[in-house]
Amino acid sequence: MSDLSRKLMVSTAPFLKDRETTPGIMFTVVYTLIPIVLVSYYFFGLSAFLISLTAVISCVFTEWLFNKSEAPFKTLKDGSALITGLLLALTLPPGFPLWMVFIGGVVAIGMGKAMWGGLGQNVFNPALLGRAFLQAAFPTAITTWSPPDGMYFSLRGTNAAFPLFQGVNVDGATGATPLAKMKFDHVSTDIMDLLIGSTGGSLGETCAILIILAGIYLLFKKIINWRIPLSIILSVSLFSGVFYLINPEIYPSPVFMILSGGMLLGTVYMATDLVTSPLTPKGTWIFGIGIGILIVLIRNWGGLPEGVMYAILLMNAATPLINRFTKIRTYGHER
Amino acid sequence: MSATAKFPQNTLTFSHGVHPEEFKELSNQCKIQRMPFVDEYTLPLGQHIGAPSKALVVKGQKVKRGEKIADAAGFVSVALHSPVDGVVSEIGIFDTPKGDVLPGIKIKTDPYSTQRTVETPVDFESLDAKGFISAVQNAGIVGLGGAAFPSHVKFSIPEGKNCKYIMLNGCECEPFLTADHRTMVEYPEAIIDGILILNRFLKAEKAYIAIEANKPDAIEILSNLVAKNSFPIEVVPLKVKYPQGAEKMMISAILGKEVPSGKLPLDLEVLVCNVGTIKAISEYFRKGLPLIERIVTVTGTALKKPANVLVPIGTPMRAVIELCGGITDDAARILLGGPMMGAVQKSLDVPVVKGTSGILVLGQNEVRDFEEYSCIRCGRCVDACPLFLNPTMMGLLAKKGLWDEMLEYNVMDCFECASCSYVCPSGIPLVQSFRVAKGILREKAMREKLKST
Repeated sequence: MSDLSRKLMVSTAPFLKDRETTPGIMFTVVYTLIPIVLVSYYFFGLSAFLISLTAVISCVFTEWLFNKSEAPFKTLKDGSALITGLLLALTLPPGFPLWMVFIGGVVAIGMGKAMWGGLGQNVFNPALLGRAFLQAAFPTAITTWSPPDGMYFSLRGTNAAFPLFQGVNVDGATGATPLAKMKFDHVSTDIMDLLIGSTGGSLGETCAILIILAGIYLLFKKIINWRIPLSIILSVSLFSGVFYLINPEIYPSPVFMILSGGMLLGTVYMATDLVTSPLTPKGTWIFGIGIGILIVLIRNWGGLPEGVMYAILLMNAATPLINRFTKIRTYGHER
Repeated sequence: MSATAKFPQNTLTFSHGVHPEEFKELSNQCKIQRMPFVDEYTLPLGQHIGAPSKALVVKGQKVKRGEKIADAAGFVSVALHSPVDGVVSEIGIFDTPKGDVLPGIKIKTDPYSTQRTVETPVDFESLDAKGFISAVQNAGIVGLGGAAFPSHVKFSIPEGKNCKYIMLNGCECEPFLTADHRTMVEYPEAIIDGILILNRFLKAEKAYIAIEANKPDAIEILSNLVAKNSFPIEVVPLKVKYPQGAEKMMISAILGKEVPSGKLPLDLEVLVCNVGTIKAISEYFRKGLPLIERIVTVTGTALKKPANVLVPIGTPMRAVIELCGGITDDAARILLGGPMMGAVQKSLDVPVVKGTSGILVLGQNEVRDFEEYSCIRCGRCVDACPLFLNPTMMGLLAKKGLWDEMLEYNVMDCFECASCSYVCPSGIPLVQSFRVAKGILREKAMREKLKST
């Protein structure tokens, strides 16, 4: 029996555990991102491949660097750095210089996550924080959009720019994104083009259909909270719909609003970031509606054509406050 | 199965909760078998909540099966009886299933005794409410669901309170356990009889028997039986969900009302009682048998022959496990109680006590140790907590040792059902840390009370 007592461990209840794990959740998100990344290779060729590769390497490297003293590989296992890398890549234009991508990854993980105390402690979505940094640091490069050319091996000259240089746009091919056309020329883009993704834009901003499918899958797996995408889409449609009805000449239609730019990518992958969204049902509604209203405000009246990034970051900042004011009523307590 | 089809799928339930794998099929068709008598029994004096009983016997004294060997020490305390004819061999300090050591009585079985008792019904017709309560206390009856709270304390309705509904708890929502299930299937008459006896003194308007829908045979048998009664007893099938058998959750499911924080079900005019307890009451008054044995589910994936066994209180766990074929090489944990709230054992040398609802031998596969990751604030625990607490925030505060802040999140309301730890994908020991927090806060409150007086 002494053999038995050595084998029996003493621990406290519960002894059963649901099989879902944090790495499991993270890698499911990674798997749903793979088709979206692949389709960006189809539209933007080798440029897309190199940008996503650089972003992933830089994020994973930074994650390792910050945890090297204590748990060098443990935090890599949870797959969150991989998600940040892929998401960051999907928000960048195809001709973006690779050295800037690398800096973006370092900032995303370093300032977006590690600085706050690692996974779960950050206030802002790391990928968006990295992108916000790039937008501020390299405003020209990040708004230079080269259109999809459907050539698998096409590499844009600016991709290979030396560090500290912008690079020269050799072939000179730039194109406005659907959002820019809308903002500055009040020209709408065909809905079919938006759905399939044969338009200009960031790597992951183009193919709407795939992102919608991935979102449905994540909702089905209960990995993302259904209230967030629903409240964002509802508030964007309602708010922008009112202005569309007032003056369809100037203001974009709700359908265009939802399908264009980073709206879907942000709604499915970034606003629903578990760490940076509120915990309570009421809080998530406030969060989603806030994002929707901010997107319409920035897109229709702001200086930039796109507002998803700032809308989400602003609501991220409000999340601790939302959590504080939307406490759940405990069973058996008065409200 | 035809029996399941008879009951609606959208049965009553509470909000939130979890769905652990049930494992009930291991033992839910096993008829209750009687445990043979063993050579020696260990009876700790503090098997119930409240003051430990006072020993009435001395070493070397002969005792009869069912004879009182310890008396209640105060109101929140019960008597203790010998499970066998034998001799008191030792009065000393012994290991208990809770992990501590307590004074107790050891009885050596008389090998030549038949262990037969003469059935002597207790005349309850002539008892008044007070007499009934002291009779229950004298019979050593405690809540057999697991908490072992003295039943007579529950039955003493304070002045100004009223008991309108008697609710029998036959949910048995813990995975693996089937003792209550088998009790309902094999002793339905005793359960109904127990309700009727109890109601002579409580004078309730109605009784409910709450059963999770995964026990269709129990629901059917009891439904047929209650139909023949003049006193209204309703069998209520409840949805299969953990922790459906927690009394707050059960009351919410049936009455749609919440028990106010810090209050008892009696504030909603409800009295909750386990089905095994009510059977013990019937047996005491009909046969004069005090609480000297109980039905225990002996099960687990690493046990050779799972069974439901009628075990005399004080039987060593080792003997019960040997009766059930012994454990396999795969065994990793042995628990008393269910896998969600049970207590782990370090050895097999502890006795079965009044609160032991199950002996559970878990294999390596169930108890895989999960690596702990950072909290990703996914909110799964928030959606699991049946009390609508916020385990995410409480867990983060516990990690920093901010106990007083946890008080604001109503940590003291937590009844440790462990749903939060069950769902946490990061494997964070949430309920474990709340247990620590509750202990620290309780101690702190006690110190402050002492200081102020």
